[in-house]
Amino acid sequence: MQRIGVFVCHCGTNIAATVDVKAVAEALGREPSVVLSAEYQYMCSESGQNLIKDAIREHGLTGIVVCSCSPRMHEATFRKTATAAGLNPYMVEIANIREQCSWIHKNIEEATEKAIILGRAAIAKVLLNAPLTAGESPVVKRALVIGGGIAGIQTALDIAEAGYEVDIVEKNPTIGGKMTQIDKTFPTLDCAACILTPKMVDCAQHEKIKIYSYSEVEAVSGFVGNFSVKIKRKARYVDETKCTGCGLCTEKCPVKKVPNEFNMGMDNRRAVYIPFAQAVPKIATIDADHCNMLKNGKCGVCAKVCSVGAIDYKQKDTIIEEKYGAIVVATGFNPIKVDKYDEYAYSQSKDVITSLEFERLTNAAGPTSGTLLRPSDGKHPHTIVFIQCVGSRCTPEKGKTYCSKICCMYTAKHAMLTREKYPDTDVYVFYIDVRTPGKNFDEFYRRAVEDYGVHYIKGAVGKVVPRADGTLDVQGSDLIMNEQIHIKADLVVLAAAIEPDKSARPLATMLTASMDTNDFFTEAHAKLRPVESPTAGIFLSGTCQGPKDIPETVSQASACAVKVVGLLAKDKLTCNPCVAHSDELMCNGCGQCANVCPYGAISYSDKEFRMPDRTTKMRRVAYVNPAVCQGCGACTVTCPSGAMDLYGFSNEQIMAEVDAICK
Amino acid sequence: MQEVMKKRAIELLTSGEVARVIGWTAGEFAYDATPAIFETAEEIEKDFVYDDFTAANVSKYLLRVKTLEGKTLVFLKPCDTYSLNQLTAEKRIDREKVYVIGVGCEGKADVEKIKARGISGIVGIEADGDNYTVKTVYGDETVAKADVMADRCITCKSKKLASYDEIIGEDGEEIANCGRFDLVEKLEQMTSEERFEFWQGELSRCIRCNACRNVCPACTCEQCVFDNPKSGIAQKAAADSFEEKMFHIIRAYHVAGRCTDCGECSRVCPEHIPLHLLNRKFIKDMDELYGEYQAGDNEDVKHPLISFTFDDAEPSIVRERGAE
Repeated sequence: MQRIGVFVCHCGTNIAATVDVKAVAEALGREPSVVLSAEYQYMCSESGQNLIKDAIREHGLTGIVVCSCSPRMHEATFRKTATAAGLNPYMVEIANIREQCSWIHKNIEEATEKAIILGRAAIAKVLLNAPLTAGESPVVKRALVIGGGIAGIQTALDIAEAGYEVDIVEKNPTIGGKMTQIDKTFPTLDCAACILTPKMVDCAQHEKIKIYSYSEVEAVSGFVGNFSVKIKRKARYVDETKCTGCGLCTEKCPVKKVPNEFNMGMDNRRAVYIPFAQAVPKIATIDADHCNMLKNGKCGVCAKVCSVGAIDYKQKDTIIEEKYGAIVVATGFNPIKVDKYDEYAYSQSKDVITSLEFERLTNAAGPTSGTLLRPSDGKHPHTIVFIQCVGSRCTPEKGKTYCSKICCMYTAKHAMLTREKYPDTDVYVFYIDVRTPGKNFDEFYRRAVEDYGVHYIKGAVGKVVPRADGTLDVQGSDLIMNEQIHIKADLVVLAAAIEPDKSARPLATMLTASMDTNDFFTEAHAKLRPVESPTAGIFLSGTCQGPKDIPETVSQASACAVKVVGLLAKDKLTCNPCVAHSDELMCNGCGQCANVCPYGAISYSDKEFRMPDRTTKMRRVAYVNPAVCQGCGACTVTCPSGAMDLYGFSNEQIMAEVDAICK
Repeated sequence: MQEVMKKRAIELLTSGEVARVIGWTAGEFAYDATPAIFETAEEIEKDFVYDDFTAANVSKYLLRVKTLEGKTLVFLKPCDTYSLNQLTAEKRIDREKVYVIGVGCEGKADVEKIKARGISGIVGIEADGDNYTVKTVYGDETVAKADVMADRCITCKSKKLASYDEIIGEDGEEIANCGRFDLVEKLEQMTSEERFEFWQGELSRCIRCNACRNVCPACTCEQCVFDNPKSGIAQKAAADSFEEKMFHIIRAYHVAGRCTDCGECSRVCPEHIPLHLLNRKFIKDMDELYGEYQAGDNEDVKHPLISFTFDDAEPSIVRERGAE
């Protein structure tokens, strides 16, 4: 005979205001097998937990149901409570009467009835629970960081400093990411390269950090503590061990007209190139799409001039496989393509540029060596218009619904720096709102307006029209003055929205990490677990999780490192015992479950079975590796014969819950 | 055709290349030929039949012989070869142990339609161009093929043999606009009340003889969930007056993505319930949501419901359609 205890939590007024908790406790107390039903103000508090512990001991409870908040909040708490009182932690069921009941209902009567039904379902389930024992799995004490921008660099450095090995996989020839393209950083205006490149060098020199540049993650298998990752090292046609980064090949290469992505295509590089002077690793890369030797076998100049014989035209992509305990996603962002916003004439005029292009035009390593010149004719612009929220805070059809967060501040920076360097230049900023939450941010923006005389105009730009005289007619509305205005501009700068890097979505699929509708990775809890993915062992660093500026990215990157270190510091991880298992007598070996298993936990083997008539029969049956299975249950719903079942969430238990709800 | 098939079967059997032959044997009447397993040349000589009434898909009989020694020769019509591939994909049979003779097919006659035309005492059938010559004890009758062909053959999706080791007769082509979804579309256009009434009318005739399940080449579980008290489903099947609907709906779900649309379920139903329409609705939805897919087209098990591609419809779209 089972002896079930029911504990109904008020959660202050969170539950008690909408659900008559006394009535719930009373009703559930009358359910079969329930020997005790109590309610208390805060079940998760120490005295609430003591109430449960005492009840388990006094009444010899064989299982408990806690009617409280979501199991994501306190299931672990109450499992520990049960363990402390000598009850198997998997004999605990949570009825979620807060998120799924009190918070979403207004009518007390209806909410109370629903709470009782949810409690009944949990009782029906707990009656079929079986005590489970969690196993253990070892932890590979090495982390993988995917993406070598400032987020990835910071996370890798912090993990390495804690004494663990870290590999960085970066798809570009150098680490550094977007920050390498930025000139100055707000609100302190220190030079981005000056603060970033030492960190890049630290990464390269750190004995615990290995950088796989010009590489991509190809496949991921395994699970928390035990990931196995295939990394594709793209052929750069240069022997990394020999190249000294002298750069002679990049000067002699006859293919001179390759758009330079580092400068946003505003100048050219050679077919063999080093992205920029401070690149890490400083190794040349041959761009196979443009190299004459690789395309038609005619050239070979770089090989001739290389004094160390590092050029290798026969190099092939290679795949390496490594084991990791934790994986950090730091895939970053890109500005959106602005071609589709015809009204801003980006494709029609060279003098309509994006903010990142503006950044390159003001950078000493940029196409104009840091002098602000119009791309069309190389003359100084005397009137510049900045347009905010291009594609941000938009309708989903036209752009991104979210605020890109960094544009207000970098535009204030651009406007201020322009006025500082070129006081004869008029600067206008069209904005919807100026958003400056951050330390010293509003002061910074006010300096732009008050000290530097930047004209901020609240309103939208309707149209940018290129004129025959080479100027741009910017037509906008000034909402404060309530008038339509025309500005004759020499340069228009668009603050393009930012979006997650395109590599993020396929990567999320490989990692089985969830994403939101904008392709930003979802965190395990928006407030309380912001740097972890809901998928165990996957961590989030930087803008792959949402728009962020540099200080915020770095803080998150370090927070992420702490979480990784916390995982790697453990020798063993407790496995989830709620895993799938196959009933071999019913399994057909049809192979469908293995197809849907995201963890590769299912394999098949031929097994001999004794038949009722004393003969034996060879049959192909599925086997679930309990150390790999994460208990998602995909196989159990796919299996046509019902041979797959999940411990702790068996088909029978779920049926019992449904029956309890429907009766 | 029958004589060519017999000759080839006997050749393969006597040469020892195959140990047995799966085909059809005459039933009580000329039109109720049933699947049969032959082990000797004499049996074949005496009992093997093949004509325009031998409609059964015999691919599932391979399960009965899969553990036996030696190869099995099986005669398969184009639609049956899809079932063969599906069984191979699901590792239910070992294709290496099967010798397939693909038999070209121009469609089979539906004896119920012939009888409905007042023809009785049927003793045989012969195809003759666009007509059948139905032999009866009262003499020969000529009927147009189009009038008496089985429904599933009128909307035949493919006369192409999806898998074979040799062919007797002519291999055909896939048929693009076969119209097999016409009836499904009609059902889709009904209001949910009308549709419920339609299915209630059809399914309330069910006598739970299990013929549809037993004949279905996709129903190959070691133990069917409906026979397994532990599954918690067995007793769910008969919950109310409309008692057998759950059985058929659950069965349709279980074969979704794996059903090759061979039409055997409707052919064997003694109550003439158009069960294949349930499966075809699934096929049509999957085609529309995940791109066209034909189960058993090849030996790959990855049907759209258990595989993921970036082109898959978003769950929200699937939900919206379901709410319609």
